[in-house]
Amino acid sequence: MSASPEGPGRRRVLAAAAAVCGTGFLALLLGRVAAPSRTLAATALRPPGALAEADFLAACVRCGLCVRDCPYDTLRLADLADAAATGTPYFVAREIPCEMCEDIPCVAACPTGALTKTLTRIDDARMGSAVLVGHETCLNVLGLRCDVCYRVCPLIDTAIRLEMRHNERTGRHAHLIPVVDTDVCTGCGKCEKSCVLEEAAIKVLPADLARGRLGDHYRLGWKEQERAGKPLVDGIIDLPDRGYVPPSLNGEFRP
Amino acid sequence: MSAPSRRRPGPAAVAAKGRLRANGWLIARRTAQAAFLALFLTGPLFGVWITKGTLAASETLGVLPLTDPLVLAQSLLAGHAPETAAVIGAILVLGAYALLRGRLYCSWVCPINPVTDAAAALRRRLGLKEGTALNRRLRHMVLAAVLLASLVTGVVVWEAVNPVTLLHRSLVFGSLAAGGLVWTVVAAIFLFDLAVAPRGWCGHLCPVGAFYARVGRFGTVAVAAPRRAACDHCMDCYQVCPEPHVIAPALRDTGTDVIHSPDCTACGRCIDVCPHDVFALGLHRPRLPAAGTPVGATALRQGDPS
Ligand code: SF4
Ligand code: SF4
Ligand code: SF4
Ligand code: SF4
Ligand code: SF4
Repeated sequence: MSASPEGPGRRRVLAAAAAVCGTGFLALLLGRVAAPSRTLAATALRPPGALAEADFLAACVRCGLCVRDCPYDTLRLADLADAAATGTPYFVAREIPCEMCEDIPCVAACPTGALTKTLTRIDDARMGSAVLVGHETCLNVLGLRCDVCYRVCPLIDTAIRLEMRHNERTGRHAHLIPVVDTDVCTGCGKCEKSCVLEEAAIKVLPADLARGRLGDHYRLGWKEQERAGKPLVDGIIDLPDRGYVPPSLNGEFRP
Repeated sequence: MSAPSRRRPGPAAVAAKGRLRANGWLIARRTAQAAFLALFLTGPLFGVWITKGTLAASETLGVLPLTDPLVLAQSLLAGHAPETAAVIGAILVLGAYALLRGRLYCSWVCPINPVTDAAAALRRRLGLKEGTALNRRLRHMVLAAVLLASLVTGVVVWEAVNPVTLLHRSLVFGSLAAGGLVWTVVAAIFLFDLAVAPRGWCGHLCPVGAFYARVGRFGTVAVAAPRRAACDHCMDCYQVCPEPHVIAPALRDTGTDVIHSPDCTACGRCIDVCPHDVFALGLHRPRLPAAGTPVGATALRQGDPS
């Protein structure tokens, strides 16, 4: 017991200060521990309607109601140290893809809005984006006619189409290359699931990874011009072009 | 308190009241814990869906939403405006525990409780007396830190590690049976309570328990000691109580005989184990803060080591 009159008061202030500092450090620690959960493995896809990952981690309470209401057992909850943040729902396309239910039961089940109810048409879902990654292994690239990924796509001929290319090796045949339109692909994963190779040549990746992203300051001249409805810079003098002009252009070369 | 040679609690009550009455509340509690789990498990096991989801948020019989208010509070602080279903669920849960007693959650629902109870029971059996003495207020710091970290990082922070929902989720979704990592968390808590700090997790660290204690501060369900005159100071109740500091005030000759401390989980183990039937569980008028007392003050003081 301290004999000085201000003893207890001072001790209380010190204890309070220690408690505040301790709380701060604990918060820091917890923040760090939870931080790895912000990275989502490239194989882990969020259910339809999921908010952007950062917002999703604030919104999802990890209840699993979406998992329960998925009729195809597509979704699962992440275990500790799993491919996604602990307790959050995800699916692996190569195992069970999303069947793109028209009534989207997973979204209807979500009590928090982590799967947003603004998604009303499943075709608008963006769970990820398919990319042909196996440019040396895909059977169609090798010159065969597999086409499986193309045929299983629920949005065949819009999300994925076959692009004809000359087969340089034989000189006589065509390659029919599966090409995905990332603006249309929902990322359901049916193509990845059904690719006939040992390791799928077409994979659904999180949209950011699959699509790449332009710098925010990039402007596409032709789009800006279209939006403005006129040339962006007035009075540019169009000097006659010199040099080689392919004959197919009939002399009308415009860079 | 000083009790030089403590006997093992239990046998005296069994001798006085019989095996059943000496374990009545314990049996009731374990039954309730199993029943709450069963509500979630009939669906996945037998296809009869009563309650879907987990303790974090659930839907019962397709109509009743329930949400853990602490999880939702983290979500709110992290910057998400939840939909009405989750909000209604949280209000229902909050209201029920505020009206009854917050820590009823701990002794009647939480799946971690049997684990820490088992560790405490083993301690008693092995006669382990020593251990690290943690400050009971630590859990309030952990709670504050959880909320602060959610606010700063924009993530529902505690759910990354929360053993309560971790264990419940893996029980209900089957990853525990599949040998998920959750085993290690449960084992760690058990060993921590057994070998490091007695009643360390639930009594000193868990922010979920701390949260429910705060919520249910003015609840009406409480244990009281109406027959405290019969107490012969055998200390059996102190030994089995997960929050032994709450008992002393009720056993004193003066003042109320109701255990008002929000830390009391109303587990009723003291009732079971008392050979003289000193305690009883019942409804009591909550002790409201006296005018002029800051609301937080009572709870904090009751958390003080006595
Ligand atoms: S849309 Fe259907 S298949 Fe896809 S995740 Fe939702 S419930 Fe499952
Ligand atoms: S239903 Fe919503 S809140 Fe619950 S786990 Fe699924 S996404 Fe998260
Ligand atoms: S993921 Fe594959 S199957 Fe699904 S929409 Fe995209 S291209 Fe089609
Ligand atoms: S299923 Fe696989 S191998 Fe066949 S065309 Fe599609 S990507 Fe190529
Ligand atoms: S203190 Fe925490 S872990 Fe212990 S019973 Fe209560 S909620 Fe469960």
